[in-house]
Parts: sequence; C-alpha cells; structure tokens
Amino acid sequence: MKYQHKQIAKSKLKSRALKDKAIRVLVVLLSVVTISPIVLIIFKLIEKGYKQISLDFILKTPPNSYEAMTALANGELIPGGIANGITGTLLMMVVAAVMAIPVGVVTGIYLYENPGKFMANLTRNISDILQGVPSIVLGLIAYIWVVKGITNGYSALAGSVSLAIMMLPMIVRSTEETLKMIPVTIKEAALALGVPYYKVILKVLIPTGFSGLLTGILLGISRVLGETAPLMLTALGSTIINLNITKPTSAVPLLIWEFYNDPNMVGLIWSSSLLLMAIVLSLNLISKQIAARTK
Amino acid sequence: MNDNIKQIKDPVLSIRNLSVSYDKGKYAVKDVSVDIKRNSVTAIMGPSGCGKSTLLRAINRMHELYENIETTGTLILNGKDIKNMPTIQLRRMAGMVFQRPNPFPTMSIYDNVIAGYKLNGISLKRSEKDEIVERSLRDVTLWDEVKDTLYKKGTFLSGGQQQRLCIARALAFDPEVILLDEPTSALDPIATAKIEDLLVTLKENYTIILVTHNMSQAARISDYSLFMYLGELVEYGKTNDMFTKPRDRRTEEYLTGKFG
Repeated sequence: MKYQHKQIAKSKLKSRALKDKAIRVLVVLLSVVTISPIVLIIFKLIEKGYKQISLDFILKTPPNSYEAMTALANGELIPGGIANGITGTLLMMVVAAVMAIPVGVVTGIYLYENPGKFMANLTRNISDILQGVPSIVLGLIAYIWVVKGITNGYSALAGSVSLAIMMLPMIVRSTEETLKMIPVTIKEAALALGVPYYKVILKVLIPTGFSGLLTGILLGISRVLGETAPLMLTALGSTIINLNITKPTSAVPLLIWEFYNDPNMVGLIWSSSLLLMAIVLSLNLISKQIAARTK
Repeated sequence: MNDNIKQIKDPVLSIRNLSVSYDKGKYAVKDVSVDIKRNSVTAIMGPSGCGKSTLLRAINRMHELYENIETTGTLILNGKDIKNMPTIQLRRMAGMVFQRPNPFPTMSIYDNVIAGYKLNGISLKRSEKDEIVERSLRDVTLWDEVKDTLYKKGTFLSGGQQQRLCIARALAFDPEVILLDEPTSALDPIATAKIEDLLVTLKENYTIILVTHNMSQAARISDYSLFMYLGELVEYGKTNDMFTKPRDRRTEEYLTGKFG
C-alpha cells in the first residue's frame, strides 16, 4: 500500500512540473506581447524616418509644399527641418512647467500635510478628475481663457496653459506620494531640533524627496510632450521659429499633423515622430535613472 | 498621587500635575508630578500605551504634533516654565533621540551634527562649527570612527553609529536634558551596549531621561525609575529600590513579568 501511494505522488509531481513549465512559458510569451509594441514602433520609426534625420532637420524650418514637391519629383530628400516645432515644444514645455510645478508641488505638500481632512480629500479627488478630462476639452478652455481673454489670438501661452493643466494632477500626485515615502522620523528629527514647520518642509522634506519630485515632474512633462489636440486650438502652429509667448507657435506634434495633411510633406512625419519619440523616451529613462539612484 | 512627588533639591525638570488628553477626555498622561534630578539617568518604564512616550514628548512639547491634544499642568525646565518658551529655545535645552536612528539622509555626517544650527539658520564661523562637530562626536565616541569620512552621508553608517550620530546632533546644542525614546529598540545587542555605556558617561554633563521597554536596561543604567500605568505615575524612586522592593503591587507585577 505504502508503495502505491508513493507511485501516485510521483505521477502527480510530474504533472505539476509540466503545468509549472507551461505557465512559465505563457508568462514569458505574454511579456513579449507587452514589450513588442514599443519595439515595433521604434523599429518602424527608425526604418521609415532615419533618412530624413540630419543636422538640417533640427536646425531648419520646413520647406513649403512646392519645394517639397520639387524635391520629391527629383527623387531627393525633402529639404529643411522642424526647428520651429522643436523650439515651440521647448518654449511651451518650459512655460507650462513654470506654471504647473509650483502649484502642483505646493498642492501635493498640502495633501500630504492634511491627510483625512475634508478639503484635502476634495482637492485630491478633483485633481484625479482633472487627470481624466479629455485634452481637447482643456484646449477649448485655454482657447476661451487665453486666446480670447488674454492674448487676443492663438498663442504659445494658451498652449502652455492647457498643457500645464494636464501636468498639474500628475505633479500633485507624485509630490504627495514622494513625501509619503519619507519616514515620519525624519520630520520628527527636524522638529525636535526646534526647526519651524515651513523650514522643515523647505529644508528637509523637499531636499529628501527631491529626486522623487523630479521624477514626477519629468514624467508629467513627457506625458504631455506629444499632446496635439489642445495645441490645435491654442498654439495653432507657425511656419517660422517663434519665441514670443503671445504669438502662434509650432510644436513637433502639430507639425506631424500638418505634414500628414500635405501629400508633398508626408515624408517628414516619420522622422518627426522619431525625434518626438526619442525625446519622450530619454525623459522617461532619465527619470527612471534618478529614481533608481536614490533607492 | 502626591506621595509620588520626590522633592529633589534644584531639579533640572519639575513636572507638576501634568495631564495630557486627546479626543476630549481620553487621558494619555494623568496628573503626573515628578522632579528629575540633575546629572542622572532616569528611566520611564511601563507597558505599551501607558503614556510614557507622551510624557517624554510633553517635555519638549513634541506631543503637540498629535491632533486634538490638550495639556494641563506645568513643566519647569531649569527654572523656566516651558509653556511659553519658543520651541527652538525649548528644544535646544531638551534634545531628543528617537526609536529608529534618523539622520537626515541628504546631509553629510558633519552637517548632521550641526543640523540644528543649519536648519534654524543660525550662522556659525567655520572654526565654531568644527569645534562643535568634534566635541559632539567625541562625546558620543564616534569621532575616531568617522573623522576621515565627515563629508560622507550619515546614512552610510551602521545602525548603532547612526544612533550615536543622532545623539551627537542633540548634544551639539549643549542641552540641559536629553530625551531618549526607546533609543536601542532597533539596534543589535553590541550597539545597544555601546549606547548604554555612552548614556552612563554622558550623565556627567547632561541629564538623561530615557523611555524604555526593556526592564534590564533600566536596571543596568538608570539611577531613578518611573513606573507608569494607564497614564498614571504609579511609582517613582531610586532604580535599585524599585527593583528590589517595589512599593506598589502593580510595579511588582510588571517587574516580575505578570503583565507588560
């Protein structure tokens, strides 16, 4: 009898080992499915876009449709680049960050300091809802507030406002989460030295959580970097390099949309997308690096 | 409770009828009166939730961080009522060390020691800083171990070294009393022994008040002991007396391990 029992146990073990193997393979397969889109995207962008990438592509503005057509007819690369888009994206990002970071960080500190309070919960929930507002709606709002209300016309400022509103909830959340990760004992240590509350926040909590804050901000920026819809209603676009925030301004995603709509320029969409993707990816990698280094 | 007041000549700290309640009517500390002797080690003992940490934190008013706290009674530290003292002044006089070592992770060892000056915006000359850092680190017997790595982050030290660094940070202000809230409960036995030796030597220049869960620790290093139960001060006296012939039945039961 005893012998038989052992036999059964052995066969069971075998089937278990088999199941174990099957599930392992499945897990690996599904992981491959998860990472394959990004690999395929990058592969496609490089394949179709690398020919157009050159120094000119970064330093020059786009050709007009006729120039592009002539180049195509002669079998040449489309001349010019997307300098107006790159500078516009940078300009709007900087202005949006300048608006969103102070407000977001201060709100995050407020939420961290007042857990469970009614106003804090309300703020947190509203901030979460804001994160779900469609970007085109934020574009419309910025259109009414800024394009109609302040700059009297399409402007980089209006674009920045819509992007800043998009960034805000991400910065709020990441600030709160970062501060929550700091042990209370660090705060107590500072308070036990008689340090006033505002200095504890400014000189202890923020420096301690600095890398976390930076990571959140960089992720927030990279998230809105490729936004197109709100910019159509606010920044509009421009064929020249513009650094005046009250004037219409181009942006890389806007240019991609414009190129797509012009049969002569459509050859530029891949290289522009490749550049945009490279910026977003490097921002992501940088923030991952910062986060990893401080753990 | 009045029979528990031991009148001591020139006490460094004199607590009278101290009560701390929270959420309206729940007492963490109930009518405690006690004098703390200068240059001694006083241990506060008692089971979890007996109010010993709250009592300790009431001394430098750190308990005010909790919400809905109400405090009555007086605490006289070095002849001055602490109630209206600016917190910076009070906490310079009553330095605190916590359960878990908590050096500031962004600061070097050097900056950690003078963190109290730095964070409060008190400017010192370079030579004064150097002097304070060296004196404080020597006091906690850490100087020889870290003098070559003063500008490295304090968090690279071992747990016991970190805790001594935190004591040095409190000593940098040259306080009257040092309040320690179970300072060795997160440390290994060797590090614990070092801290205990240190506390015994430090009492030459400072007064030490120590909350401890560990009765043998209290027996080893304290001169006086307070036994608290349910927020009340049950017994106060020389540690030797309390451990050999406790006057209160509850003290005896706690010390013999019947509860705790």
